[in-house]
Amino acid sequence: MDLIFNLFVFVLASFVGFELISKVPPTLHTPLMSGANAISGITLIGAVLIIGSLPVLLPESTADWIVGVIGFLAIVFASINVVGGFMVTDRMLEMFKKKK
Amino acid sequence: MGAETTSFLDSAIMLLYLVATSFFIIGIKRLGSAATARSGNQLAAIGMLLGVAVTLFDQQILRYEWIVAGMVLGGLIGAVLARSVAMTSMPELVALFNGLGGAASALVAWGEWERVGATGLGPDALVTIGLSLLIGSITLTGSLMAFGKLNGFITGKPITFPAQNILTIVLMAAMLVASGLFAWDPSIEMLFWIILGGSLLLGVLTVLPIGGADMPVVISLLNSYSGLAASMAGFVLNNPLLIVSGALVGAAGLILTNIMCVAMNRSLLNVLFGGFGGGDSATGATEGAGAATDLIIKETNADDIAIQCGYADKVVIVPGYGLAVAQAQHVVKEVATLLEQKGVEVLYGIHPVAGRMPGHMNVLLAEADVPYDQLYDMDQVNSEFSTTDVVLIIGANDVVNPAAKSNPGSPIYGMPVLNVQEAGRTIVFKRSLKPGFAGIENELFGAEKNQMFFGDAKKSLQDLVRALKENE
Repeated sequence: MDLIFNLFVFVLASFVGFELISKVPPTLHTPLMSGANAISGITLIGAVLIIGSLPVLLPESTADWIVGVIGFLAIVFASINVVGGFMVTDRMLEMFKKKK
Repeated sequence: MGAETTSFLDSAIMLLYLVATSFFIIGIKRLGSAATARSGNQLAAIGMLLGVAVTLFDQQILRYEWIVAGMVLGGLIGAVLARSVAMTSMPELVALFNGLGGAASALVAWGEWERVGATGLGPDALVTIGLSLLIGSITLTGSLMAFGKLNGFITGKPITFPAQNILTIVLMAAMLVASGLFAWDPSIEMLFWIILGGSLLLGVLTVLPIGGADMPVVISLLNSYSGLAASMAGFVLNNPLLIVSGALVGAAGLILTNIMCVAMNRSLLNVLFGGFGGGDSATGATEGAGAATDLIIKETNADDIAIQCGYADKVVIVPGYGLAVAQAQHVVKEVATLLEQKGVEVLYGIHPVAGRMPGHMNVLLAEADVPYDQLYDMDQVNSEFSTTDVVLIIGANDVVNPAAKSNPGSPIYGMPVLNVQEAGRTIVFKRSLKPGFAGIENELFGAEKNQMFFGDAKKSLQDLVRALKENE
């Protein structure tokens, strides 16, 4: 049942996304893309939940080590995506100025 | 802690996720208009901060050291990249970030599989793990390939070999079947590795045959994939914030992909499997078109252009990627300022594929302090040409080729172009008429109202600046 419910949420959110973005002027397409890109770094939350489930700082079993390394890499990659994405978008949008 | 506290905390987290989701939606909405875009991006960033912060209160989380260390390390790398990147390299950076996002989503699926163990997961969880792994891995290697092509590590020309398309399609089908089997019988551990390896290879195979000129489509599509991958990771973890945010990004990427395809008059399937678009022909680098021997061209010089523009009421500048290659955005702005001081109205007409990613040229001009209300998109500027005196075409070629409208035999026939020939005079800034590679002939160069100004774009514009100053 979870899967079906999640599918509902996914489809409805996709419709919202199409509506939101179809009216963006071409001038803003690059910042829109890099901003959206930063939002896709939300997967950071998933990485946090995975590595956070390990009970000790230095895992004792090989299985836990594997989970730890995978989770840590996921956190680093997603953080680069999120922080870099939002910052570079801000840097671009700062340059967009109206005529004085 | 009692059961009641736990359920209260879970509800609170979910409600705050809902707030974060709203921030994303309003943020994207505000990104849609130049006046509100910056605040929209900031709002989305606050939503992200909120989402991550409340997750730290989740009961599942037992230790924080690695989380904090990973975030600090990743955040620092991201900040340095964001601050140091040149605006011309923006497509590479976005491709890289895309790839990392996709990789993170694939890793989340992998991590969940390792953590819970295949036998502890139901078929619906396994389906989503398979898909998350599949899409995330394709996004990773596809983006790295796009990064390499944009950066010049890998040739921008399409790389093709016999039966390539068939191989790609068969591999894609095999991966989908493997994902299904993986959910059906999780005890076959080998399937997980087959999906991982196969989809990493698939990412390489899909981008390999795509030419440099088609990169705007590829980057948009990979952007969409990275959103889908995040959404799939949300399915794996039953996390609605991930599902919604990923879906929003997936939709955004698909719309931009479609806009880019329309701008090039190509279907997505044709871009992915066509093996077309070698080098820079469609973006119109300075040496794009082959010489047309039967064209009678008229040459002009900086002083003459300065006089013609000085007496004009309205001048439209049409920049192409050749302008950015010559690093001439700032000189263009100087020309525009000098003309405006003479009372001339100056606009910029920007074709959707004028840069290496959607909207790229606008960012490059904004960096040179061109106000955004002077940047006209194709539809807007096409209604301006009939009242325009002079059009300056700098480093652009195919996007102003009238053959797209008039010659059904032309490879670019049907592509929407800027109707510059409606203006009183067109002046093409171009390195030479020599046939570069087998490009597409441009009748505009020989048109009655057209003049050519030969030379390096930046040097030519500097000459024009000098001539305009002398004419004061």
